Amino acid sequence: MEREPTMSEPTKTKYDRQLRIWGEVGQAALENASICLLNCGPTGSEALKNLVLGGIGSVTVVDGSKVEIGDLGNNFMVDKKSVGESKAKTVCAFLQELNDAVRANFVQENPDSLILTDPSFFSQFTLVVATQLVEDSMVKLDRICRGAKVMLVFARSYGLTGLVRISVKEHTIIDSKPDHFLDDLRLNNPWPELKRFVETIDLKTPDPIAHKHIPYVVILVKMADEWAKTHSSNLPSTREEKREFKDLVKSKMVSMDEDNYKEAVEATFKVFAPRGISKEIQEIIDDRYAEVGSNSSAFWVMVAALKEFISNEGDGEAPLEGSMPDMTSSTEHYINLQKIYHTKAEDDCLSMEQRVKDILAKVGRDPSSISKQTIKSFCKNARKLKVCRYRTIEDEFSNPSAAELQKCLASEDYSSAIGFYILLRAVDRFAATYKNFPGQFDGGDREEDASRLRAIAVSLINEMGCDGYELPEELCNEMCRFGAAELHVVAAFVGGIASQEVIKLITKQFVPMLGTFVFNGIDHNSQSLTL
Amino acid sequence: MADLEAPQSKTRDLDKLLLRAGNLVGPDFYPGAELRDDIRDYVRILVVGAGGLGCELLKDLALSGFRNLDVIDMDRIEVTNLNRQFLFRQILLLEDVGKPKAEVAAKRVMERVSGVEIVPHFSRIEDKELDFYNDFNIIALGLDSIEARRYINGVACGFLVEYDEDDTPRRETIKPMVDGGTEGFKGHARVIVPGVTPCFECTIWLFPPQVKFPLCTLAETPRNAAHCIEYAHLIKWHEVHGGKSFDPDEPEHMKWVYDEAIKRAELFGIPGVTYSLTQGVVKNIIPAIASTNAIISAACALETLKIVSGCSKTLANYLTYNGGEGLHTKVTEFVRDQDCLVCGPGILIELDTSITLQKFIDMLEEHPKLLLSKASVKHGKDSLYMQAPPVLEEMHRPNLSKPLYDLMGRVQKDTVHVFGTGLKNEEKHSSLTKLRVVFKGADGVTDMDTAIGA
Repeated sequence: MEREPTMSEPTKTKYDRQLRIWGEVGQAALENASICLLNCGPTGSEALKNLVLGGIGSVTVVDGSKVEIGDLGNNFMVDKKSVGESKAKTVCAFLQELNDAVRANFVQENPDSLILTDPSFFSQFTLVVATQLVEDSMVKLDRICRGAKVMLVFARSYGLTGLVRISVKEHTIIDSKPDHFLDDLRLNNPWPELKRFVETIDLKTPDPIAHKHIPYVVILVKMADEWAKTHSSNLPSTREEKREFKDLVKSKMVSMDEDNYKEAVEATFKVFAPRGISKEIQEIIDDRYAEVGSNSSAFWVMVAALKEFISNEGDGEAPLEGSMPDMTSSTEHYINLQKIYHTKAEDDCLSMEQRVKDILAKVGRDPSSISKQTIKSFCKNARKLKVCRYRTIEDEFSNPSAAELQKCLASEDYSSAIGFYILLRAVDRFAATYKNFPGQFDGGDREEDASRLRAIAVSLINEMGCDGYELPEELCNEMCRFGAAELHVVAAFVGGIASQEVIKLITKQFVPMLGTFVFNGIDHNSQSLTL
Repeated sequence: MADLEAPQSKTRDLDKLLLRAGNLVGPDFYPGAELRDDIRDYVRILVVGAGGLGCELLKDLALSGFRNLDVIDMDRIEVTNLNRQFLFRQILLLEDVGKPKAEVAAKRVMERVSGVEIVPHFSRIEDKELDFYNDFNIIALGLDSIEARRYINGVACGFLVEYDEDDTPRRETIKPMVDGGTEGFKGHARVIVPGVTPCFECTIWLFPPQVKFPLCTLAETPRNAAHCIEYAHLIKWHEVHGGKSFDPDEPEHMKWVYDEAIKRAELFGIPGVTYSLTQGVVKNIIPAIASTNAIISAACALETLKIVSGCSKTLANYLTYNGGEGLHTKVTEFVRDQDCLVCGPGILIELDTSITLQKFIDMLEEHPKLLLSKASVKHGKDSLYMQAPPVLEEMHRPNLSKPLYDLMGRVQKDTVHVFGTGLKNEEKHSSLTKLRVVFKGADGVTDMDTAIGA
């Protein structure tokens, strides 16, 4: 039995609670990442706080403003002493205090000007967290980051609303860690070794102890086989057939306390699950990126290998995942079954390894450039792969998805989300025309602001091709009431979401959000819109 | 874009919500400087817990116009807290590990946000007088156990709320709570208005029962690493150590369990026992990160601000959050259980006027809905009997032989609160329950003046 490798103990215990989520590999990815933050009001500061606490490699805070008295009311990272000082410098110092393992720097410059005057500045970072940017700057920054292959996350807080939006050309995930996923037991499609093992166990054994310690895998493989023989190799598909199958399993019980049979009855749905791969995986192996060339990423090379595997030795199935859930069983049966699953998974992985090497050689790359460890992880997660693609901001703004707009118009659930989405863009246009946000100053004429904002929103609605949408007046008025306020609690919520998306993007684990998350702090009916 | 006309105010951003009229606001919203100043000067919020959620809550509330906060937490700071409980440090000469969380948290927030007063309480929530909880306008919960939530819920919904003749809660006794919880990328935030929205107990079914392995699996047919660990922890420990109780915070105890688990795993050929897993299984460690805590606390603090001020509509009434697979938030409006033992008017108990307090206490143990053993009994402000501490037990012992009717001032019906060890779903838990006692065959005018205190 292997004892654990020693790690630097203090680091290991400080991050213990998060290592249990993303492991050492995920932690290493975070510690190697460099993040750039644009604007360090509370939205940006709170986003970065969560990353710094988690041990991100380095952060660079870009902000040209000075700390004002008003900032003392919404930003935890500034205090009375810092009024009049550079906000970037002040926030940077606080972040450094939070975690001295992180390298924190600052640049005292207005992000909007930096975007115009020095686009190459952004190339050095893994990811940019851009907060409180207006439409125009968002589009420009997006172009820069796409060109430089730097990941980008937008976050905005505005009164009781706000948004978060990822912008990356493509993000592929092997370790997607879904909450619920059917285990890979192949009960209705057993391979020879599993079949042979199942045959060695007699369901009719007279020994009552042995009878109730037969694992349900064995029971169901036998029952599925029995069914297939009398139903021309088909699986139970109608409701009656499924009930019949359950009854078949129940009929093999000899006494009421047989937990293994109860588990078998509860697990019959695993037998009904279709053989082969899911529609989602089929789409991935059919993707044009799976036709690999010398520049293809490791992910797509492995997908190409997967495609070959499925049509050859996989016989329609992906590599076996290899693990078994716990179930009532004698220890001996369970361990033996486990070995059979492990062995097949290993064999499938070896096949995949060979195919990967061959493909790499074919496209003129070093056959050992994808590690065995990576291939093993790919095989284990082959049924759970995900590919996330995001439209550019420019595309979304100039040509929003008609289908998504239709959905928003049709459902009351989406009404406030699309309303705030439109208003968040409308206020930027308002500011571009009138030099401040609607309702920003107490002296102004709020009614006039509201009607001006409404006019801008209506023209934006027409531009978007969303003519059927009636912008609720209350939403428009609330927007003027908000007056571009950056409330701490909203900033903490929005910044928290942004930081979590950053973590998923950098660790390449779990699945990042799609679309634009529109926050609704009024009734918490927040929604994601994929425009 | 600074506003050059007026002098800068700290509440520059909050003012927009509190001083301006709005459309989607609460029913009693009176915008103005007075509202903002009243919140600052008079509103008192209690934050229960100074851990992952508590630290964030204190910061969020301090930066939402609240100046009078209390925080209660019985724990001391540990190294594993530092990845998210950002008010605690371990750098240079600043070594917070080992110090009481409530005290350090209060100090740090007061250092950064000038004007805020935070009173720390380094104690267990059960050790506070029930009236302590009455001093606050809102109770914000940042707890990590069902038990603790149940207790506070019992206090706010069971003890503090009073009901009219027609079983409607009396407004001025309603103490709203905001409750948050997180686990990895998931979390929830909810608003509890006692007597109006469902309370914690009404929706106890939302929490799945804890995983328990069957004893025969641990003892005879272990199959995985967790089985081996629990065998060492629950079975072997007692075999070898007799009466000595296992302390999960004692590294030597944990190491012993780990070594035994390894031995058992080797015996059965089971892989996967690690020290980290051993800790996780034995302590039931919940993975935790800064971002989820920040999100859930922010939602709770936002609701607190909205409930107190009315500056916007509030969450109705349960928000679930999942950030692991994409991003999903959902609001569900749960409905009260009219028969709820805690937030309802109380189980009706009809008694004869001759029943003694001792007999009453015995009856509670048999009562099918209560199964309450070792009960202490309170009638308004008066403790009729206390099981502990010994000094008070002795003092109240003479009451046991007196008729309950007399002890309650000979009123025909009234509310009593009983506190003891309850049994629900085969699990024991400390329980504060409200009962409506009605005396049969009692004459005369009901004297409601001597009613419930607080």
